[in-house]
Amino acid sequence: MKPVAFDYVRASSIEEVLDLLLEAGDDAVLLAGGMSLGPMLNLRAATPSLVIDLNRTAGLGGITANGAVTTGAMLRQTQAMRDDLLMTVVPLLAKAMPSIGHYQTRSRGTLGGSIAHADPSAELPLCLLTLGGEVELQSKDGSRRVAADDFFEGVLTTARQPTEMITAIHWPRRSGSFGFVEEAQRHGDFALTAAAVWIELDATGSLAGGRLGLGGVEDRPVAFDLKEFAGAPVDENLATQVARDIAGRTDPMDDHVADAAYRRQLAGVLGKRALMEAAGEAGS
Amino acid sequence: MAETEVPTDGSSGKPGRWPDRWIGKSVPRKEDAALLTGSARFIDDMEPVAGLRHAAILRSPYAHAKITSIDASAALALSGVYGVVTGEQVAEYLRGIPSVVRTPIRFMPIAIDKARFVGEPVAVVVARDRYLAEDALDLIEVEYEPLDAAIDAEAAMADDAPVLHDVAGSNVAGHRTIINGDPESAFDEAAHVVSLDFHIQRYSSTPMETYGVVANFESVPDRYTVWSNFQGPFVIQPLMAGALGVPGNRLRLITAQASGGSFGIKQGVAAYIVLLCAVSRILGVPVKWTEDRLEHLAASSAATGRSGTVTGAFAADGELTALRFRNINDMGAFLRPPEPASVYRMQSTLNGCYGVQNIHTENYLVVTNKVPVGLNRGYGGTQFFYSLERFMDHAARELNIDPVDLRRRNFIDKDAFPYETPGGSVMDAGDYQKCVDELEARADYQALKKRRDEKRAEGKLYGIGIACAVEPSGSNMGYVSLAQTPEERAKSGAKSGANSSVVISMDPSGGVTVQLDSTPNGQGHATVTAQIVADALGITPDDVDVITEIDTMTSPWSIGSGNYGNRFSVAVTDAVVEGADRVARKLKIMAADQLECAVEDVELVEGQARIVGSDKALSLTRVGTQAHWNPVNLPDGVEPGIYETTTVTADLDGPTPEDTVASSVTYGAIFDLAAVEIDAETGRITIEKYVSVHDVGELLNPKIVEGQIIGGFVHGLGGAMFEEMTYDEDGNFLSGTFADYLCPTAMEVPDFEVGHVPTPSPKTKLGAKGLGDGSSMLAPAALTNAVADALGRADISPPLTMPKVWRWLQETKA
Amino acid sequence: MTRLSGNSKHSVRMTVNGRAHEGYAEPRMLLADFLRHELGLYGTHVGCEHGVCGACTVLIDGVPSRSCTQYAVQADGASIETVESLADGDTLNALQAAFRNNHALQCGFCTAGILMSATAFLEETPAPTELQVREMLSGHICRCTGYDGIVRAILEAAGVQAEGKAA
Repeated sequence: MKPVAFDYVRASSIEEVLDLLLEAGDDAVLLAGGMSLGPMLNLRAATPSLVIDLNRTAGLGGITANGAVTTGAMLRQTQAMRDDLLMTVVPLLAKAMPSIGHYQTRSRGTLGGSIAHADPSAELPLCLLTLGGEVELQSKDGSRRVAADDFFEGVLTTARQPTEMITAIHWPRRSGSFGFVEEAQRHGDFALTAAAVWIELDATGSLAGGRLGLGGVEDRPVAFDLKEFAGAPVDENLATQVARDIAGRTDPMDDHVADAAYRRQLAGVLGKRALMEAAGEAGS
Repeated sequence: MAETEVPTDGSSGKPGRWPDRWIGKSVPRKEDAALLTGSARFIDDMEPVAGLRHAAILRSPYAHAKITSIDASAALALSGVYGVVTGEQVAEYLRGIPSVVRTPIRFMPIAIDKARFVGEPVAVVVARDRYLAEDALDLIEVEYEPLDAAIDAEAAMADDAPVLHDVAGSNVAGHRTIINGDPESAFDEAAHVVSLDFHIQRYSSTPMETYGVVANFESVPDRYTVWSNFQGPFVIQPLMAGALGVPGNRLRLITAQASGGSFGIKQGVAAYIVLLCAVSRILGVPVKWTEDRLEHLAASSAATGRSGTVTGAFAADGELTALRFRNINDMGAFLRPPEPASVYRMQSTLNGCYGVQNIHTENYLVVTNKVPVGLNRGYGGTQFFYSLERFMDHAARELNIDPVDLRRRNFIDKDAFPYETPGGSVMDAGDYQKCVDELEARADYQALKKRRDEKRAEGKLYGIGIACAVEPSGSNMGYVSLAQTPEERAKSGAKSGANSSVVISMDPSGGVTVQLDSTPNGQGHATVTAQIVADALGITPDDVDVITEIDTMTSPWSIGSGNYGNRFSVAVTDAVVEGADRVARKLKIMAADQLECAVEDVELVEGQARIVGSDKALSLTRVGTQAHWNPVNLPDGVEPGIYETTTVTADLDGPTPEDTVASSVTYGAIFDLAAVEIDAETGRITIEKYVSVHDVGELLNPKIVEGQIIGGFVHGLGGAMFEEMTYDEDGNFLSGTFADYLCPTAMEVPDFEVGHVPTPSPKTKLGAKGLGDGSSMLAPAALTNAVADALGRADISPPLTMPKVWRWLQETKA
Repeated sequence: MTRLSGNSKHSVRMTVNGRAHEGYAEPRMLLADFLRHELGLYGTHVGCEHGVCGACTVLIDGVPSRSCTQYAVQADGASIETVESLADGDTLNALQAAFRNNHALQCGFCTAGILMSATAFLEETPAPTELQVREMLSGHICRCTGYDGIVRAILEAAGVQAEGKAA
């Protein structure tokens, strides 16, 4: 289980990366933490002619907070979890990130790498989508921001063009409260299904808006606006009804691990539980 | 256990620091220091011969396909590639290996004209390094003509199923019925007849170290030398030599110093030993191959899958009077020796823990387009006790008797030991009622049942499962021939016994070394051996070095050698005790001569040979080294040197014409209880309690015993909850990585409580029984029983994954 | 910006266990293979080569990392610690001794990776709970021990280290 031969560049600047991408296009892969790409290379599921290593590329780390919070693409998951500002301002990440992989993978794995990889069950794409965040892409032509709603296109497929790289992730500050619930066969596995919730309540404590996101159900994370359910307090009945309604609108994957009916079931149950978690937090 | 720990270093000659006996103490392991510092050497750490080239194996992407052509020219043109070997070339130097079953099917480690499972070797590339060898694999062009595949064993039995082996004409490679007692009458007279269909999946213990082989062919004279992590049984060595067409002394097998787990699985290394021997011969270079994880999961080995029906006859009071088993065994693409041993290992203990006298067994051996099965922890016991103990819990429910009570009514009485089973085993010792007393007490069974009632009153899904087993240990090499009819056996040579060999030596500096034939893979054999020899010679375990590598040209070994069948603590220890006693006797004779006293007056204690009751003593080293330095002046009848080779066998004869056999030396016992709660919304199972009571006879090293027991449980847990070699209906393999084949991690292991009710075995010198299989054989039954109890339905099967459990719930509701 | 050709070997220098090493590797060579077969540090074991089992875990600049999903060229200039760094000659360190005391290993193949993870973990979490230890351990597969002894060993080592720090 060894990779095909590839050329290797340890890029020191974003400019270098973009030059190489322009030249190599589809034949190049960007190596971040290597938690997904490494196995794919070793299994020869990825056979690039060039690997561009971002691990010592300047300008891809760090956390800045203005309106939104911006994390550099190469911010390690462990670094993010240890950042009090990020965890306070984006509480959904604080709830979700302990479910990502393991201690030994979060130490190397990056935020940008997970989002670029776009596994339909992964936690970070789900959180970004639920919060309505954006991915910042840069190419030789300049940079653009793509809403998470448009970024994830399918299994391991995104809106990133071959000449583009992710430089940063923008996490909006959302007021309200949050819930995250995941079921996996084993601790640390990719989720069978995960539900992420952001809810806004009005002055009377009734649901006013927010989003419910689901991972591991369709071929990409999906999120649903909660405005249409606004008007009543989030209790078990409402949570059940909302989640069941939303689960019914999904078109779940059907594979040997879990069939569509089960994924839809989990979507409803975990959606409800995530809503209740968020509501409980709002009430406390 | 801390109170039993004793220092084993530098204690020599320090009065007051010597225990009465090292055996029975939790002596820290001799193996650990090398492993903890990274200095132990495993097979992939070895370059035992100069000029090594590296192999990679091209494998079939099809479950069933004709191979119409192989074009390796592009691969051969790659710089650094030394050669490409195909099945056709291998066949010139390697004959197919027959099974004990009379079938024309022969096992070959590489496909020749037809591939029969995904992952079956098709060609071998040998190159400068593994990276390059894998590059060359991508350049080999194979034309396949895909065929329909036979994946499900029951479907594969049908007349119109695709046939794997044309020479056999059918996928049923064997079919035998064995009847012990008079089951027919018992069923006729039964007050109740209960029946349960069952299925247990193929899974595997997946040791963390994969297979590794270095094969070197030398000519003049022709000889194969192989370094590997093969674990035995060495009964396969003569089969390998036969396949290569050489006498046994021209196939030299050497095992690595350390082996990274096996649980039986590394028996399958044998296939690659013969394959790479042929490759080394064809290409004329020494070849190293290290299996990768993908290869291991897809193509190494698996536990036998089994489906079938258990039917039992009960008297009105719940006495089990007869059992009938109909088993369909999913053997994979070949009957790879020592298969079908997995099917017959339990044949003479089909009564389980019970006194049932009449047993009817029908076994089908079915070949399917999947990897061949082989040894795996619990070997044959997991499948058998899964069927029997699922049946017992189900029968209790049908008869409206508490599952513990039903078992108690049928246990073999403690006063009935030694107990001859209907199948011919002589069970050595046990007190099953007391074991269950202990189980009930530790689990607080009555309170647990109350808790179940309360939970159910709240609308929760809560279940309790019980399972119990005997643990046959130290295999009679003759049992495998139960796969033959008595007439067939009469024509073949007789087979019996359970050989073990050991060498104990003292060198000219006084160093004591023991050489074992047990090829351990982490079970602490060196430590326990040192404890035994230290006791016999009055020295410390640290004074004893233990060599666990086998070299078939220089080590004592026999067909029974290897690490399987819980062999160490019942068979190997007997050889160690016998050998150590012989050395002790010799040292006492020499000491008596030097101390000028009677031999009976000499004791070996605290590193000395001492006259009992006096302080007149000589150091043991001083006494023993005379055998090297001063052989002319040894007492009469004492041979120079100290180098004792001891081979012992258990008195276990081959099968009788009535198809009975004493399969094993000892029969331990295991009693498990599981309590689970199920989340009705998600199907998630929470194991609230798991209690396991064991009779392992005398505990030779309690800490090692505990380690084996919990390790065995977690293997059973994996099989019960997560693990399956999954194929789709076309035979594509879906469990090729550790992200798809799910082994339990530290987060999935529940609290696990262990109790001991040891009854010393009269069959072994130390009173120990075997214990390696343990709850690996029972956890699938106990946990599935608990889930069946919670769901209120018996027709479920492992692995108990969340989607399956939820599906069963929906079906029950509907 | 240097583009290393995939078809040739390149000099790779790193500090391993406090000592400077140089070896040669194609860009595709796994760090684990480099440590083992190029530098001769066979204490690091390879169990799956796809980043799941954790057997090959080493510390790269102090960070626990699977060395099968990192490439040797990436570690050029890095400081790496492997299992060979832990003992002081023949003397096991507190963590290794706790593994021995608690029968936390059987075959020992997965042990090196677990020791390295636990080393970094205890630095960051000097007084862990059992759940924290299990959570950390869930990034490793051990097929022999059932994890029980490993959990106890790490908790014991934490206690020993805590005592050491208090003293």
